[in-house]
Amino acid sequence: MSAASTSPPTTVERPANVGARAGTGADRRATRRPGRGRLTRPERFWGRIFIAPPVLGFALFALAPLLFSCYAAFTNWNGLSSPVFAGLTNFRTMAADPQFWQSLWNTVVMMIGIPIGLAISLALAIALNRRMPGRAAFRVIYYLPGVSSVAAISILWQWALNGDFGLVNELLGMVGIDGPNWLVEKQWVKPALILMGVWKGLGFSTLLYLAALQSVPRNLLEAAMLDGAGAWRRFRHVTAPMLSPVTFFLVVTGIIGGAQMFAEVNIMTPTGGPEFGSATIVWYIWQQGFQNLQLGYATAMSLVLGALIFLVTAIQFYLNSRNVFTVE
Amino acid sequence: MATTSAVPTAPLQTSGVAPDAVRGRRKRSDRRFQSPADVVVFIVLCLGAFTMLLPLVWMLSTSLKTQENVFALPPQWIPRPAEWSNYLRIWEAGPLLRGIANSAIVSLTVITVGTVTSCFAAYAFSKMRIPGKNALFLALLGGIMIPFPALMIPTFMLFSSIGWVDTLLPLIVPGLFGNPMMVFFLRQYLMSVPDSLIEAAVIDGANHPQIFWRIVLPLIRPAIAAQVILWFMGTWNDYLGPIIYLNSENVHTLQLVIANFNATYAVETDYPLIMAASIVALIPVLAVFLVFQRQIIESIALTGTKA
Repeated sequence: MSAASTSPPTTVERPANVGARAGTGADRRATRRPGRGRLTRPERFWGRIFIAPPVLGFALFALAPLLFSCYAAFTNWNGLSSPVFAGLTNFRTMAADPQFWQSLWNTVVMMIGIPIGLAISLALAIALNRRMPGRAAFRVIYYLPGVSSVAAISILWQWALNGDFGLVNELLGMVGIDGPNWLVEKQWVKPALILMGVWKGLGFSTLLYLAALQSVPRNLLEAAMLDGAGAWRRFRHVTAPMLSPVTFFLVVTGIIGGAQMFAEVNIMTPTGGPEFGSATIVWYIWQQGFQNLQLGYATAMSLVLGALIFLVTAIQFYLNSRNVFTVE
Repeated sequence: MATTSAVPTAPLQTSGVAPDAVRGRRKRSDRRFQSPADVVVFIVLCLGAFTMLLPLVWMLSTSLKTQENVFALPPQWIPRPAEWSNYLRIWEAGPLLRGIANSAIVSLTVITVGTVTSCFAAYAFSKMRIPGKNALFLALLGGIMIPFPALMIPTFMLFSSIGWVDTLLPLIVPGLFGNPMMVFFLRQYLMSVPDSLIEAAVIDGANHPQIFWRIVLPLIRPAIAAQVILWFMGTWNDYLGPIIYLNSENVHTLQLVIANFNATYAVETDYPLIMAASIVALIPVLAVFLVFQRQIIESIALTGTKA
């Protein structure tokens, strides 16, 4: 009798415990708190040692600099003497600094490359999603510029965009167009950088779209076909909604990456381009901070940049959560 | 924000990725065209591939020209004579070898040590009971979201105050603490490994370092490989970090060396030399990419399904 009365609780408890561990984080928290008993002491010990490096790294190289930024942005600081508190001076300077606004504008304008790249890569992915010879080779070729170093690619394109002997103008010449001197003319420097960015980023987004297309369940498409939906409607109402998470991811990472564009500008137009036409915000921060030693001012701008990126990302997540499409 | 959506779905994602690995293999039916439309699409894709490759081919072509040939009209696609000596001149024209060595030192140290610390952390974050670990993990993810330019000035001053500017240390040391991105991906991967496996090892008397080396590490090896390759390419190609910290030529990484080539020799219009140096800078990463292209492309696809 006594054996029978003690065994049921243990048999009940075990599966419950296993279920809790395999479950999501939410049930886990509900059913079991992190153990503080003697049994889990070695686990806590080793666990803390294992997670210590990245946590320490975060504290030293992310949190501490961020906190210091929040202070230094309000100081007058040249890097040689210690920062002197200056209130909102840096932010006032920024508001009245035409180069700040110009570089911010340049950065935003060059993001036109994101939708262009997405449209082309979606078309490419749809094309690559067919069964045909050479698919693997195409994937490699389209992604090749993406793995190449920005420095080498920028050097290549600086030469390719040369007004007199560059590849781009040679090709335009073949169809009878007299190409501009891309990196020297104010109205052409941004399109030139956008062209290069699209070329470099195409492979990455194509790969992601291709993976998403391949994960669209065949039975959904077949069901739509049986319901009489044509190719366009199948794409519009079945495939496209299932691609939206990838589009979202690409837009978010594209904007975050685009806001940090630096190497291309620094190499291809070392002085910020014709009439400051290609200087991006990170380039301007770099120039003010490391060339002009206006560290307080540069920190203030970098803080604004960080806040803008955060804000734009947050807005995108908010909008995405409102019209997200889920398939059970 | 990304975490809350990504974390609970971890087991689903790995199951969704498995068929991808199968799909990566070429099926027999892929070798044949199914319809005339496919032939048209194939031709369009070929033209696209041609456009993508053209600048790189042109770079190679320029690197084999003589200085006068560069300005020949109409341009020569296959330079005659091919000036292979450009690839000998580059080694004398700048500290290219030093740059390769410096880039190798940075990437190899960071990745070897950083991968070990990242793996241990990913294991602890996914499988070990530690008070407050979820909050710490969220903090790490928050750290990923802060863009580097927003932190570069204070970080620079931090390293400057301990005299590390103009050495390779600011590029190496932060990486030794592990890569939060890698921790994130490996943790996701480990979420699909059953806990019972680790519990069985605990019951058998294994301690946690042993469990890690004998059980966890073999399981996540493919995921580690993919992350290591991506991280290598990121470190090797980095430009903003080196340009901030490194002044003297003897510490310049390869990317800075070729950028300086560009600045110096463009004045003399020695484009063949610049292109040859840039190609040398591209080769290591392109070689890694071509050798591991399947793994890289699959882990890129994996990144997308995480979204």
